[in-house]
Amino acid sequence: MSNIQISPPPAGIEGQGFFATKIEEAIGLARANSIWPLPFATSCCGIEFMATMASNYDLARFGSERISFSPRQADLLMVTGTISKKMGPVLRQVYLQMAEPRWVIAVGACASSGGIFDTYSVLQGIDKVIPVDVYVPGCPPRPEQIIEGVMKIQELVKTESLRRRTSPEYKALMASYGIE
Amino acid sequence: MQQNELDIANNTETKEYTTLNLGPTHPATHGIFQNVLTMDGEIIVNSEQTLGYIHRAFEKIAEHRPYYQITPLTDRLNYCSSPINNMGWHMTVEKLLGIETPKRVDYFRVIIMELARISDHLVCNSVIGVDIGALTGFTYVFQLRERIYDIFESICGARLTTNIGRIGGLERDFSKDTFKLIKEFLVEFPKIFGEFTSLLERNRIFIDRTVGTGPISAERALNYGFTGPNLRATGVDYDVRVMNPYCSYQDFDFTIPIGKQGDTFDRFMVRQQEMLESMKIIKQALENLPEGKHFANVPEFFLPPKQEVYNNMEALIWHFKIVMGEADVPKGEVYHSVEGGNGELGFYLVSDGSRSAYRLHFRRPCFIYYQAFPEMVKGSTISDAIVAMSSMNVIAGELDA
Amino acid sequence: MADINNGYLLQQLQEKFEADIISADEPYGMLTIVFDKNKIIDLLSFLYNHTELKMQFLTDLCGIQYPDNEGKEFGVIYHLHSLQNNLRLRIKCFMPKDAPQISTVTGLFASANWQERETYDFYGIIFTGHPDLRRILNVDEMDYFPMRKEYPLEDQTRTDKDDTYFGR
Repeated sequence: MSNIQISPPPAGIEGQGFFATKIEEAIGLARANSIWPLPFATSCCGIEFMATMASNYDLARFGSERISFSPRQADLLMVTGTISKKMGPVLRQVYLQMAEPRWVIAVGACASSGGIFDTYSVLQGIDKVIPVDVYVPGCPPRPEQIIEGVMKIQELVKTESLRRRTSPEYKALMASYGIE
Repeated sequence: MQQNELDIANNTETKEYTTLNLGPTHPATHGIFQNVLTMDGEIIVNSEQTLGYIHRAFEKIAEHRPYYQITPLTDRLNYCSSPINNMGWHMTVEKLLGIETPKRVDYFRVIIMELARISDHLVCNSVIGVDIGALTGFTYVFQLRERIYDIFESICGARLTTNIGRIGGLERDFSKDTFKLIKEFLVEFPKIFGEFTSLLERNRIFIDRTVGTGPISAERALNYGFTGPNLRATGVDYDVRVMNPYCSYQDFDFTIPIGKQGDTFDRFMVRQQEMLESMKIIKQALENLPEGKHFANVPEFFLPPKQEVYNNMEALIWHFKIVMGEADVPKGEVYHSVEGGNGELGFYLVSDGSRSAYRLHFRRPCFIYYQAFPEMVKGSTISDAIVAMSSMNVIAGELDA
Repeated sequence: MADINNGYLLQQLQEKFEADIISADEPYGMLTIVFDKNKIIDLLSFLYNHTELKMQFLTDLCGIQYPDNEGKEFGVIYHLHSLQNNLRLRIKCFMPKDAPQISTVTGLFASANWQERETYDFYGIIFTGHPDLRRILNVDEMDYFPMRKEYPLEDQTRTDKDDTYFGR
């Protein structure tokens, strides 16, 4: 026997030959384990992201085998690295091109807060232009930390209500970023 | 569509060009810079670069930080080979202050720098493979990089942005564990590297795709300020390690591999050979490692060990002075260059005697040689241009400062 | 053939440009001359075409600012390298702040192109005759030259920082 662990099913009613659960949880489970990340790798953290994808750490174990370089097919925007003011509009454009539901993870100190670069040219955290779901600290974070961040995203994805993206709160959040 | 193409081919006056935007976040650019290509079918007619997408104002920050706080900035220049940048910066300050480092420090630095060079070239060469469609090599050599990261980690505690060393030496001697890891690496490296080599070097597809693409002549390369492997691929044997030996490089026996045509294949091969040369240097350094201290005798710049600080009045005073930046620095200007992963990495430091640099300019090899890209890819297909770009190893952090 | 070293280089320069060399020095082994900015092209082409010196490699080009140096606020610093002789030379040219202009050296060195653009971007030094003098690293809309000493390092639009915690 291999030591592969099968994750527990969502809560539901089980009987002979059937299993009933909420569609929300079934979809959440499916989504959470097939996240297609879009690496928005700009600088040093990008190299650690490469290490995360490579054989030693292998992000594919978490259902993210397929990296989507096209924003239109991506679920998760991984902003790894410094975002300068020149890059800000590009990042926003990429975010807008992604289809809902979409999640964002800010990897590294620069993406989270500007990091050590408190200068005229660096955006002080990507949450100035797009909403962020998970922040990963570190300069750069170790691959284990990046994986932890992805797992946090998985948790969010798993438990997200199907109505969240149409809720007034979410619309208000988007409106606060000027996104329609 | 086909009819249209025929028309264009027959009538040069009404030729229409396509504009293609490659970047800033294109997966094939491996960094954040934009190439606006003017295309005639699949042939590049012209290309224009936009950069500055991760301009982080290193030079301005350097004017506001004490010397030892500039080291973390140099980490983030060429983040594929951070230790070389760290060492280069430390040596610049040591040159300014007139510090003589013990041989043991020099040999340690050589080991660290050559390991960094290997890790830098590994990324570049494996990425050339990725752009041609050979992802296997990339995932495979990243295991080697992890070994190098382990060594760095045992030396300084960090993997990528290492901040190795201090002004005047290293923060601590190599531990037994470090020596063990390096020796293991030296045994493991040729094996994996050999497999990587056999995967690409004599691979028909690889050779077809790389020989003759993105060429540049030696004259043009010099005029464009090429340095490092990219210059050596054109046949010019300029290497700072030999031309202006620093850090006891004159003690080591190694050759400078050079290419002939300056095309993608030559750049790839020069890097491949350099990695083997680096390994030779590391072996020599380990064999002939001198005994001695791991720091120079400069109490006014080298932080004393912590137990000294707690138990010794004088050490405490020096510690305080260094951290508060009250040590005296001579006025003057100094240029020091090291052979970085991509070429001559220069530091031009102007000191006005205060705790931070009056002006610090980094000579970033990427920034200077990337200008030649339009000339190199003019008339080639876009797929060749992408391979040529990754073989130039443009690192966005270094490009944009 | 004479020994090609800093002394020989300086002697050659003094023979040719006696009046234009403002000062010469040798800090840390690199010959450094302060030169008349109007003659920079003459100097560089002389060095480029010199049969023995062959200073044909422009290592580095950068700007500098000394706000208190009246009439000579801005400077451009060239680092040249003769690869055959392994000899380096640093040339400094200063110019006043109301007319920070100097001729471009892109005609001699293709590598000067972006470096001059960068210097323009940082200091606002205008390189006359440059083929495409635009900002290179900063956004095009920027209305100041950030490396000048009078402009602060930090972003002035930040609102989330409480200065009392940082001792500012």
